[in-house]
Amino acid sequence: MNVNVLLFAAARDLAGSDVVTVRLTPGSTVGELRARLARDCPPLAELLAKSAVAVNHDFADDSRSLSPNDEIAIIPPVSGG
Amino acid sequence: MVRLTREPIDYHALTESVRDPHCGAVALFLGTVRDLTGEQVTVFLDYDAYGPMAEKKLAEIEADVRRRWPVGNVALIHRLGRLAVGEVSVAVAVSTPHRAEAFNALRHAVDTLKELVPIWKKENAPDGSGEWVHQSVGAGCRGASLGPGPKDGQS
Repeated sequence: MNVNVLLFAAARDLAGSDVVTVRLTPGSTVGELRARLARDCPPLAELLAKSAVAVNHDFADDSRSLSPNDEIAIIPPVSGG
Repeated sequence: MVRLTREPIDYHALTESVRDPHCGAVALFLGTVRDLTGEQVTVFLDYDAYGPMAEKKLAEIEADVRRRWPVGNVALIHRLGRLAVGEVSVAVAVSTPHRAEAFNALRHAVDTLKELVPIWKKENAPDGSGEWVHQSVGAGCRGASLGPGPKDGQS
């Protein structure tokens, strides 16, 4: 399955895009998405390791399974305020 | 009430919006754009957000504050886009029957906002260079006395 991953702030700048498409085997987890994204997009790897992943607007841990219709985003350490 | 906006924040109106006849205390926090972070001069900040998730997290903070304190009203608003030094980037206002609750609820709301809400700032220097701020703790408060827990943070 292909999933679209939204990118913000430095992640967007490093990837040169605000969304990337990642090919995953069905039933893949957030942890597997992280590994795949780091391989497919090496400039993101370092920031990715410090970032959270959001699925459908909530923080998700690495064991969370992904579906093709999930809204997925990389959340670098936040700095609002 | 929670909101993201690209317009200047009317913090007087925001403060009025939380006033309540049952509440003898109103507390307001403003985050403003600072000109210096350590040695680094900032001329303006760019704020970016993951809008739908940021609004959801702000609403969760509002609900959490209402659950934990006897709040009359609470309002959180964050500005996005380009802000000059001195402009207000965030405003949080809360009303409660007594002042201790207002201070505690306000601090919790601001600290949680800075910890969890997907908003990012880019510091832009006089030479035209800019850098996203991505420290994992106390990202917006380098130089301030941020401790390890949300209760210790300050801006």
